[in-house]
Amino acid sequence: MSHPTFLGMPPFPEAAKEALANTQQRANLAKATATIRDKRARAVAEMPDWEHLRLAGAAVKDTVLTRLPELLEQLEERVTAAGGVVHWAADAAQANAIVADIVKAHDGREVVKVKSMATQEIELNNALAAHGIDVWETDLAELIVQLGHDLPSHILVPAIHRNRSEIRDIFVEEMGKVGRPAPDGIGDEPAALAEAARLHLREKFLRAKVAVSGGNFAIAETGTVVVLESEGNGRMCLTLPQVLVTVLGIEKLLPTWADLEVFMQLLPRSSTAERMNPYTSMWTGVTPGDGPQEFHLVLLDNGRTGTLADPTGRQALRCIRCSACLNVCPVYERTGGRAYGSAYPGPIGAILTPQLRGINQHPVDAQTASLPFASSLCGACFEVCPVRIDIPDVLVHLRAKVVEHKRGHLGTEGAVMAAMRATFTSPRRLGAAQRLGALGARVVGRRGRLRLRGPFWIRAWFGTRDLPAPPGQSFRAWWRKQHDRS
Amino acid sequence: MRVGLFVTCFNDTLFPQVGRATVSVLERLGVRVEFPEAQTCCGQMHFNSGYRPECVPLVRRFADVFAGYEAVVTPSASCAAMVRHYHHVVDPAVAVPKVYELCEYLIDVLNVTDVGAHFPHTVAFHATCHSQRLLHIGDRPRRLLEAVDGLDLRPLAHPAECCGFGGTFSVKNPDTSTAMGIDKVADIRGTGAEVLASADTSCLMHIGGLMSRQGNPMRILHLAEILAATK
Amino acid sequence: MTARDDMLARIRAALADHPATPTVPREYHRTLPDADVVGLFAERVADYRATVRRVSPAGLPGAIAEALRGRVVVPAGLPPEWLAAADVEPLHDDPPLSVEELDRADGVVSGCAVAIALTGTIILDGGTAQGRRALTLLPDHHLCVVRADQIVGTVAEALTRLDPSRPQTWISGPSATSDIELNRVEGVHGPRNLAVLIVS
Repeated sequence: MSHPTFLGMPPFPEAAKEALANTQQRANLAKATATIRDKRARAVAEMPDWEHLRLAGAAVKDTVLTRLPELLEQLEERVTAAGGVVHWAADAAQANAIVADIVKAHDGREVVKVKSMATQEIELNNALAAHGIDVWETDLAELIVQLGHDLPSHILVPAIHRNRSEIRDIFVEEMGKVGRPAPDGIGDEPAALAEAARLHLREKFLRAKVAVSGGNFAIAETGTVVVLESEGNGRMCLTLPQVLVTVLGIEKLLPTWADLEVFMQLLPRSSTAERMNPYTSMWTGVTPGDGPQEFHLVLLDNGRTGTLADPTGRQALRCIRCSACLNVCPVYERTGGRAYGSAYPGPIGAILTPQLRGINQHPVDAQTASLPFASSLCGACFEVCPVRIDIPDVLVHLRAKVVEHKRGHLGTEGAVMAAMRATFTSPRRLGAAQRLGALGARVVGRRGRLRLRGPFWIRAWFGTRDLPAPPGQSFRAWWRKQHDRS
Repeated sequence: MRVGLFVTCFNDTLFPQVGRATVSVLERLGVRVEFPEAQTCCGQMHFNSGYRPECVPLVRRFADVFAGYEAVVTPSASCAAMVRHYHHVVDPAVAVPKVYELCEYLIDVLNVTDVGAHFPHTVAFHATCHSQRLLHIGDRPRRLLEAVDGLDLRPLAHPAECCGFGGTFSVKNPDTSTAMGIDKVADIRGTGAEVLASADTSCLMHIGGLMSRQGNPMRILHLAEILAATK
Repeated sequence: MTARDDMLARIRAALADHPATPTVPREYHRTLPDADVVGLFAERVADYRATVRRVSPAGLPGAIAEALRGRVVVPAGLPPEWLAAADVEPLHDDPPLSVEELDRADGVVSGCAVAIALTGTIILDGGTAQGRRALTLLPDHHLCVVRADQIVGTVAEALTRLDPSRPQTWISGPSATSDIELNRVEGVHGPRNLAVLIVS
């Protein structure tokens, strides 16, 4: 089975243009994001100490980042002492090879998977497919994406761009090809679709020998790994197979067990907008007679250390993957997640993806370089972020990185910016430019409004918008006139 | 108190009537306003577009120009936010002048909500993102507008939603910017108001540009122009 | 150089600016002063569309009998009197039940380790009357008995009562998903029916 990839996606403006033309997707996204925004607002309003929790959450995560080496070593020691095996993977290729080797050492044919962003990021499914290993995504939305030969478009709900009737069609068409078919005559009520997923995946859960998961948190002090979920597919994967492999970004640590008191409150309300998610599994190494008897923890770098090296950008590593920033983002709401060309879409993706791909160290490709600009800087994301990542600040910071790397090749934009700088460093030049503009406007303006054709930004603005013609007299000219007279 | 007007490059060049209205409101309330003519731009466009080195001289110029003023008043929330939140990021050594967005200055410093304006029209007010999320001016514009004689304020259905302008975002991502703007226009039209107002002319230029292109322009004013209006 | 050494060296290099470790401000609420935690717990569990009943110790066997039928998984250590009135076929996990046997069971009855009022959460840790994790996962009906003295107000209070070395399952309502149009639907892979009996 082959899996689609984000490789080769066009830059954001281009991908967004295509997404914006997809009216079905836009309707689906508008409906879904409106629903979850309201729910989150209610779930948060119920907590009088929410801002205190956010402050604590940010500080705990900053503590993790500043003490990362010792905390990782502590985690490794505790997991090992509890019967687990810890692996270190510097990049995606290493992580994928570690997982493939573990699977081949056991059953070797298939794995069941709990939804995980880290394994999306390293495109583990493609890597395992190359080894002839079938990967069964078990989260409902991931299942919809996988059966639809699709790409995920949301951190929490990867199939958010699909509505119920599209999901029904995918189930009817695809389930039978890889296992138990969808029930005959199935409708598109969500309950019926959930039932179809239950029946389809049951046989896979019951027979699987190896499971792969991510982790929401790992406690350095105790070696405990924590996975939050809703459906029970996580419990199935984390409990029934004999072998469990967890791929965990190195930033997912929490120093102490007690720190969960902050994050088990912040995450559910920010993510699914519930007081608590239906199921959370926590395990420490291996427990004789209960659950997997072989546990592997793969600690993943894959660009995180490069992100950590940037004092402004490193706050992106506080992220707990709740997706609240996606849900409130006016850009995301309209373009959807796939336009971001990464497993991490939305505002957090716009700051995380470029950093994981190395923007802090070297120039990046055009698609990656377009991501920090995929925002109107409205700031709604920062307002809802449970760990107070100042996404607009980091976006602007990364824009400067992009420009810095492109110095000498900035083209028309660079020339405009240089001209503006020259104009703004001299009131005399600014005054002259204003007089010139007023003159030009009298030539080309019609009824006080401009409609221009031209290259670059001119075309981009005037494609859909008019501009008022510059006035005959600037403010400074008016002021001078007033005060010369008096 | 020595009060300097920072009119902003944008209003200076494209919307001088906003600057004139700001002067008019302040003078009516007894404030003697100065306009230091050496002022140009706060550097927001360069900063937000990633042109940090180009931004540095603008930030320093701003500090020099307004160094002697106890208060700098500006009819632009996003420029006020740029100065307050980011000038020290651009140059940590710079002494950032004390800048107030017009509503802040009227309510927090002058302690006035009724500025003696008369404006017998229905008005929809667009609360811009930077005014709300960076400056946190909250309900100050609403309080000022509600005190205007004859004014009927019409609430938007989604007041917290961005209009899609976003500075160079509007031209770097024109399709997304337009999609956001069109939804904002629909929300504004849904209020049935005659006039659209805001504390930022940049957002108004984007929204107005869309309305004009749709062939259905609306009367658009900066908040200062409404506050300056009298019988 | 191993990947481990490589990564640790890169992390240390990335922190060459020696960012200060912050003091964590913990002004959030750790307790719920003056709250009726039992009442709040009942209300919040019911919000998840679980069935909640408050019973007296004497009324417990009767309530259990009403809630269960057919083949019922019985974890080790479950007080025998709980099932005294129930007309069920008990399935004991000794020797361990196969996944197929668990899948075919009509229900499972368990106790719990701790419960959280604020969030309507039940926590199982494999202790007495709870069994290994699979027992309360595969049957479609889970009846959980919670004693009033097991209910705490907040997440923070629950964590202090728990032993991190034990495998835990935190349960807040029946299995659910929001994956279709972000609307919550109860009932996917975990038990689709969750019934809670609060004994006080």
